[in-house]
Amino acid sequence: MTDESWTVALVRQSDVAFARQVAMKAMTAIGASAIKKTKFVTAVSEIARNAVIYGHGGAITFRVVGIGLHRSVVGECTDRGPGIADMQLALKDGYTTGSGLGLGLSGARRLVDRFDIISSAESGTTVTLESAAR
Amino acid sequence: MPSESASLSSILSSDFEKILASWLKAQAREGVKRTDLVSAKETEKQSRDFLIAFGRATRDAPTDDKFDFANPSWDPVREALEEITESRTQRGVSPTEMGWFIASIKLPLFEQMRVAFAENNARLLENVWNTTRVVDQLALHAVESLVQKREAIIERQRAEMTEVSAPVVKIWDRIVTVPLIGTLDSFRAQTVMENLLDAIVQWEAEIAIIDITGVSTVDTLVAQHLLKTAAAVKLMGAECVICGISPKIAQTIVNLGVDLPNVTTRIDLQSGLAYAFERLGVTTKG
Ligand SMILES: Nc1ncnc2c1ncn2[C@@H]1O[C@H](COP(=O)(O)OP(=O)(O)OP(=O)(O)O)[C@@H](O)[C@H]1O
Ligand SMILES: [Mg+2]
Repeated sequence: MTDESWTVALVRQSDVAFARQVAMKAMTAIGASAIKKTKFVTAVSEIARNAVIYGHGGAITFRVVGIGLHRSVVGECTDRGPGIADMQLALKDGYTTGSGLGLGLSGARRLVDRFDIISSAESGTTVTLESAAR
Repeated sequence: MPSESASLSSILSSDFEKILASWLKAQAREGVKRTDLVSAKETEKQSRDFLIAFGRATRDAPTDDKFDFANPSWDPVREALEEITESRTQRGVSPTEMGWFIASIKLPLFEQMRVAFAENNARLLENVWNTTRVVDQLALHAVESLVQKREAIIERQRAEMTEVSAPVVKIWDRIVTVPLIGTLDSFRAQTVMENLLDAIVQWEAEIAIIDITGVSTVDTLVAQHLLKTAAAVKLMGAECVICGISPKIAQTIVNLGVDLPNVTTRIDLQSGLAYAFERLGVTTKG
């Protein structure tokens, strides 16, 4: 179970829906609570959609880490986009360069137990989301 | 008859049955003979028809570097490919399998060429190259045609889904409701909004209840659509009530930082209706 992983290619909007389904499957696999599932799936939806809209597409991989009651799901989303020039600004509530609410990044950060983001113009953006079962 | 193409066409006509048999075998070897999806008899008939058309086209049109798939001589080949992809699309054959199905014709052709040009390496190479270019073009065409047909089917299904998943119902005098089910992508959100606004006009509704019990994820995109819809409803002089926000979705919305000002929310459809009755001064007995 621990070395199982699922990868979803993110090219078009409909892939985001598929990423949500796979995120749900991974959370179910670790016996996560309903609220944890909903929060994680929503965070995945935000990050995956950003990768499609701003990151020129990419992929998200889900892994199960830890053992027993301490298992969690890690989702790593990478894209080959232009990266985020001003990270502090991008993580601010309400900041958007598109037509969204500007709450995707900041909101996703509040929905998970661990949120890491690395971004550069050369290698695009990588967001790591982790959520424990409870 | 262009002399350069004589070799491919003469091989196709003189060794027809041999090539067909060997192609059918190659299909099986390459794992593209989907016996679970397409019957052996059907595959054989389609392969034969295609090969006949292919043989004729190589006789009538050039296959060397003057090869042009747009040449009318290739029309019957295109038609044969059309028939093959049509039946395969309906059965769910993948684009890769479709591509290999056509590409695997190269093996029997090369086998025959190796025999025919055993003495002349330059001629062999030239023919192998020409055949590769022609067959690859046919395979690509087949894949494209399959993908196009598949997309048409998906588009149709999607349209059907939009139809059934956003029915606006007049639930009471001056009250309309729309239950949302599944994922609310931008396309569907737009349809829902339009349907709802139309219904408000048609039934002179004053309250529109959007029931999101069936929506599994409310992310910023869905929230934005709900806010836009509520704003449009308000512009029409009606009021929007969103109901069916489960406790876990409520928490998630708060975490996201989404604010729903000026939007009335109720836990479920009953409470939403009760609110609407109250607003419209409807008295219910019981
Ligand atoms: N993967 C990415 N690559 C490049 N830029 C990004 C990426 N993700 C986010 N951004 C930038 O950060 C901004 C903020 O992103 P965030 O997800 O918070 O808001 P949004 O996508 O604009 O709106 P919302 O997510 O609320 O619909 C975006 O407008 C975009 O400029
Ligand atoms: Mg976003």
